[in-house]
Amino acid sequence: MEEPLKIGVLAVQGNFREHVNVLGRLGARASEVRKPDQLDGLDGLVIPGGESTAIGKLVRAYDLEQAILAFKGAIFGTCAGMILLARGAVDATPDQPLLGLIDVVVRRNAYGRQVHSFETDLELVGETRPLRAVFIRAPWIESAGPAVEILAQHDGRPVLAREGRILVAAFHPELTDDTRVHELFCEVAREAASVRT
Amino acid sequence: MNSEIGTMRVKSGLAEMLKGGVIMDVTTAEQAKIAEDAGACAVMALERVPADIRAQGGVARMADPTKIREIQEAVTIPVMAKARIGHFAEAQILQALEVDYIDESEVLTPADEEHHIDKWGFTIPFVCGCRNLGEALRRIAEGAAMIRTKGEAGTGDIVNAVRHMRAVYGGIRRLGSLRDEELYAEAKNLGAPIELVKWVAGNGKLPVVTFTAGGIATPADASLCMQLGADGVFVGSGIFKSDDPAPRAKAIVEATTHYQDPEVLARVSQGLGEAMASISTASLDDSQLLETRGW
Repeated sequence: MEEPLKIGVLAVQGNFREHVNVLGRLGARASEVRKPDQLDGLDGLVIPGGESTAIGKLVRAYDLEQAILAFKGAIFGTCAGMILLARGAVDATPDQPLLGLIDVVVRRNAYGRQVHSFETDLELVGETRPLRAVFIRAPWIESAGPAVEILAQHDGRPVLAREGRILVAAFHPELTDDTRVHELFCEVAREAASVRT
Repeated sequence: MNSEIGTMRVKSGLAEMLKGGVIMDVTTAEQAKIAEDAGACAVMALERVPADIRAQGGVARMADPTKIREIQEAVTIPVMAKARIGHFAEAQILQALEVDYIDESEVLTPADEEHHIDKWGFTIPFVCGCRNLGEALRRIAEGAAMIRTKGEAGTGDIVNAVRHMRAVYGGIRRLGSLRDEELYAEAKNLGAPIELVKWVAGNGKLPVVTFTAGGIATPADASLCMQLGADGVFVGSGIFKSDDPAPRAKAIVEATTHYQDPEVLARVSQGLGEAMASISTASLDDSQLLETRGW
């Protein structure tokens, strides 16, 4: 039997508890991360949705910025987490940390305020069954580098993408019962772990 | 593509993203910027903070749309605004302004003595106050996508917030201990729909995110609320009626994240200056209480 994956969920602000629950259901050992030393020994890290400015400030204030840059496992960012992992944001606030771990430029609150938030069916690359996706004041991917694989789009904008060990989603797979995106992340984390050992 | 706006999942989804965060009352664009810079996850735009409403009296209404727009332009975090209890026309205006959440709030003077707003008819989500489990479930039945315990706004006294959290979370635990046939009588006692009562008994929590409000003045207050089970906190007068708002705002944000870490709490609680001028709720007459508004 395989060792369970050890996945941390950044828990400074936002929807972290739901990610811990989904990962637990998939058989991973999930833990909350609020300080740098809690990243030790993890195979993967989820950066959840929340308010990207609030998460950015808390990440910086508790030295998590350098720790996440030094982390070698897989990383999955949803919504605010996607913004944090991006190389650039067209409308970032001046002091917002952008870690540049995936070669995408994002647009924050791209669909507008909450009244325009929505849920919809997405087509996933290589899958026939649609994925119900919830977009909350969501960002989209404005442009992506050549090494970035686009896994789903909405109205011509990429909303799910992968570059190596980094996976990003503009929507919230933790808010529905469909676990396929988290399953994909667990695969990415296993691949990343096998490359390191 | 089968796209839908304003579903319960979309409405409650924003509240899910606010968890672990601090929502701050602001009355100007400058205050909103200070709140955002301190790490607030949202701001509540209003005309006067609760402490001033309490001191000045009169009728407290929805904020001027000019003010709400200024605040929306100043920050990128969600902007909430308050409507009077039962005042669905104020809520319609706030929806037209595209605020991100409407707080149907007892802090403003109620517009209806019997009926809350039918919140199902709106695309914008609502947060509502409660003192106990029955009140929370009645608001959810009316379509609230987020709940906050009321506390006693504008006092800086945490005791009512604690009482209300104990009532809600204790009530949830009690439901979990009842037999199935006992839930019907309990639904009657609570004045809440049986379907919601059964859901809470089975799941051990409310079906929507639950914050705490009313009386939070210090980082320690925020930690207390989080340890008692709150998903996050609203701070009204506690920040901008204190001596030095910016550092206090930042300290309360950090205390809400690191609520289980006494060393962090000790560090962030240092050197914040005076808290807001406070009133013991025990010294208030019943007629001065805001928490009894709503039913």
